[in-house]
Amino acid sequence: MNLVIDVVEENNKSVVNLSGEIDAYTAPNLKESLLPLTQKEGNAVEVDLGNVNYMDSTGLGVFISALKSTKENDSKLKLVNIQDRVLRLFKITGLDEIMDLNSTIRGVTE
Amino acid sequence: MEKFDFIEMKVPAKPEYVGVIRLSISGIANRMGFSYEDIEDLKVAISEAITNAVTHAYHENDEGEVTVGFAVYENRLEVMVADHGGSFNLNEIKDGIGPYKDTESVENLREGGFGLFLINTLMDKVQINNNYGVIILMTKYLNETEVDLDDDQISTTQ
Repeated sequence: MNLVIDVVEENNKSVVNLSGEIDAYTAPNLKESLLPLTQKEGNAVEVDLGNVNYMDSTGLGVFISALKSTKENDSKLKLVNIQDRVLRLFKITGLDEIMDLNSTIRGVTE
Repeated sequence: MEKFDFIEMKVPAKPEYVGVIRLSISGIANRMGFSYEDIEDLKVAISEAITNAVTHAYHENDEGEVTVGFAVYENRLEVMVADHGGSFNLNEIKDGIGPYKDTESVENLREGGFGLFLINTLMDKVQINNNYGVIILMTKYLNETEVDLDDDQISTTQ
């Protein structure tokens, strides 16, 4: 019932590896880690959700804030390796049309 | 009267207990024979209900509790989530829910408010009572084809 957040920063790129569950308890930490990355002008932020086995609307809220932040700071946000159950929530809410999502398995190109 | 088992839990209205309730419903639903997909739906729905209770009802007072009741019937699970703290404006919340449309601009996207929308989408039946605190009653059937036969059972939990 925890979320491990691991950030790897390269030149103009940040990779955020998440592992665990995103809910009302862990979402504030995620927001705190993610927003500073999207606030860097021109930064490309990639969030790997491959090891996130639970997420609810609190997680959607964090990603929406991050997306808004990318528009304000000319940065980019991409979510990759999303598991089916988590992807379903993006689809139900229509966010899959708005956000840059990639649910394919690691190493497989679209 | 239809027979059922009833389980009640009280947790502090704090975000760290949302996961505890999620584990509980997972155990109960698994015991009843719900599918993996349905159990995942139940976990999201109950988490949304408790998150609502925790964030809306108690943000000015840390001492609150959320009461969760599970009524286990042969063909369905009824879940009740109640907070007895301050209530929130239900109509205001109902206006602010629903799926996104891709024509909406990013600046106007809502960061919250899909809790109730997800509950409605993931559960078979949802009723909200806003008279004293907020009580959310939600039902999931073991086999969705049985839904329309006897439709009056929610009132028994009032």
